[in-house]
Amino acid sequence: MTTRFTPDHEYIRVEGSTGIVGITNYAQEALGDIVFVELPSVGKVLKKGDEAAVVESVKAASEIYAPVAGTVIEVNDALSGEPGLINADPEAGGWIYKIAIAEAGEIDSLLDATAYADLTK
Amino acid sequence: MAETSPTNLKTTPLFERHQAAGGRMVPFGGYSLPVQYPSGIMTEHKWTREQAGLFDVSHMGPSFLVLNNPSGDAEADHAAIAAIIEPMICGDIAGLKPGQVRYTLLLNEKGGIIDDLMVARSPKFAGSLYIVVNAGTKEGDFARIAAAAGDRARFSRADDGALLALQGPEAVGVLASLMPGVVELGFMQYGPYELNGQTVIVSRSGYTGEDGFELLCPAPFANTLWDALLADPRVKPIGLGARDSLRLEAGLPLYGHDLDETVSPIEADLGFAVSRRRREAGDFPGAPRILAERDGKLSRIRVGLIVEGAPAREGAEILDASGAAIGVVTSGGFAPSLGKAIALGFVPPAHASHGSKLQVSVRGRAQPAEVVPTPFVPHRYFRKAKAS
Repeated sequence: MTTRFTPDHEYIRVEGSTGIVGITNYAQEALGDIVFVELPSVGKVLKKGDEAAVVESVKAASEIYAPVAGTVIEVNDALSGEPGLINADPEAGGWIYKIAIAEAGEIDSLLDATAYADLTK
Repeated sequence: MAETSPTNLKTTPLFERHQAAGGRMVPFGGYSLPVQYPSGIMTEHKWTREQAGLFDVSHMGPSFLVLNNPSGDAEADHAAIAAIIEPMICGDIAGLKPGQVRYTLLLNEKGGIIDDLMVARSPKFAGSLYIVVNAGTKEGDFARIAAAAGDRARFSRADDGALLALQGPEAVGVLASLMPGVVELGFMQYGPYELNGQTVIVSRSGYTGEDGFELLCPAPFANTLWDALLADPRVKPIGLGARDSLRLEAGLPLYGHDLDETVSPIEADLGFAVSRRRREAGDFPGAPRILAERDGKLSRIRVGLIVEGAPAREGAEILDASGAAIGVVTSGGFAPSLGKAIALGFVPPAHASHGSKLQVSVRGRAQPAEVVPTPFVPHRYFRKAKAS
């Protein structure tokens, strides 16, 4: 199991050919209290960099982009009732959607944990 | 999410206090101010509704207008100073009692709002007004007022001091423990009080819908006053983020967003700020338009909306039930006290009645929205029983 990161503060946890996507702890801290999450529809086909979801804090809306190309296969419906899960547990219970990864090679172009940690220093 | 480093930003006398408290500093109205502290906007918002929140609003524009050659007759001197400011605004200043604060509007010749402001009659000095204007408009406002004063009055800005706001149900108990006399103030009254031998101008007013106070003190005393208030466990510092969500829930407009130079007092649903005496005399800028609008010749009016789903932010289109664009959101966001999205915006009067079912367009999708009365959260101002 590997986890990769984008410079826009999304993470993707790779489990076989599936990626679990959310925002990093750094991102949730910067955004503050999340009050609404707009989830993608299951079956949506995304290119790398497409807008996949939107998270709203009290103050502003922020787009969440697809770290890699693929098809949305599942969304975290718990976020509709409890968007604060993203603040409480961004990299586990606060995941946003799962994607069937189209090209495994795209994962390698993302940041690893060390490179991401350097970015957010 | 990168934050631009603040360059050429002014700081308030409390800058170091904000940094020490972990405030996330952002540029606002030319100043570096905290948008939130580590506890976050939601917690700060709720704390203010339940306890007492302390805000640094030193970016705003407090000032004084004082008659040059007072006669010594308090009423005549007040009439003389009121006559200097009244031609620019729609409020009855001549009719203020000593210590009374009035919310009013600075208008252009077309009846558009140049600023919303507080004008107060000194409780102690004849022919003296305390005026507080908005940060973003203060240079222009101050120039206008100074020009109107000419050689009849002295205009002095006090925005080199510190302006603090203490808001919430516990505010009066907290402040009275330092300055017992403030309990005598009712909503929209002010006066000078002493703390550690320093004079603090205290007004029972604010921008949250709660009971509370705004406090003007000299810059060198700001940290002492801030620390004394925060020493009370009922008080926490509150940033600009919660200040905005609190005022939005209270249905209070924000200049530069809900109000600008094209919007009239009637369109803004601030008809109460056009004082009766002024209305009957029609002696304020833009009176023909404003009086005609008051009589029903109105093309748009500010309303409150409860929005289903994602918050509709400033700039979102308001649609009628059929999907036709009829207006625009001027402020919107999430209401922490209500747990749902709310907005202020302008629509034609035909769509403005309470219960009117409209829609807002958020990221290209129409979401249901309903016109509701404002404030969204009831005001809890402290109004004294009327003296006979």
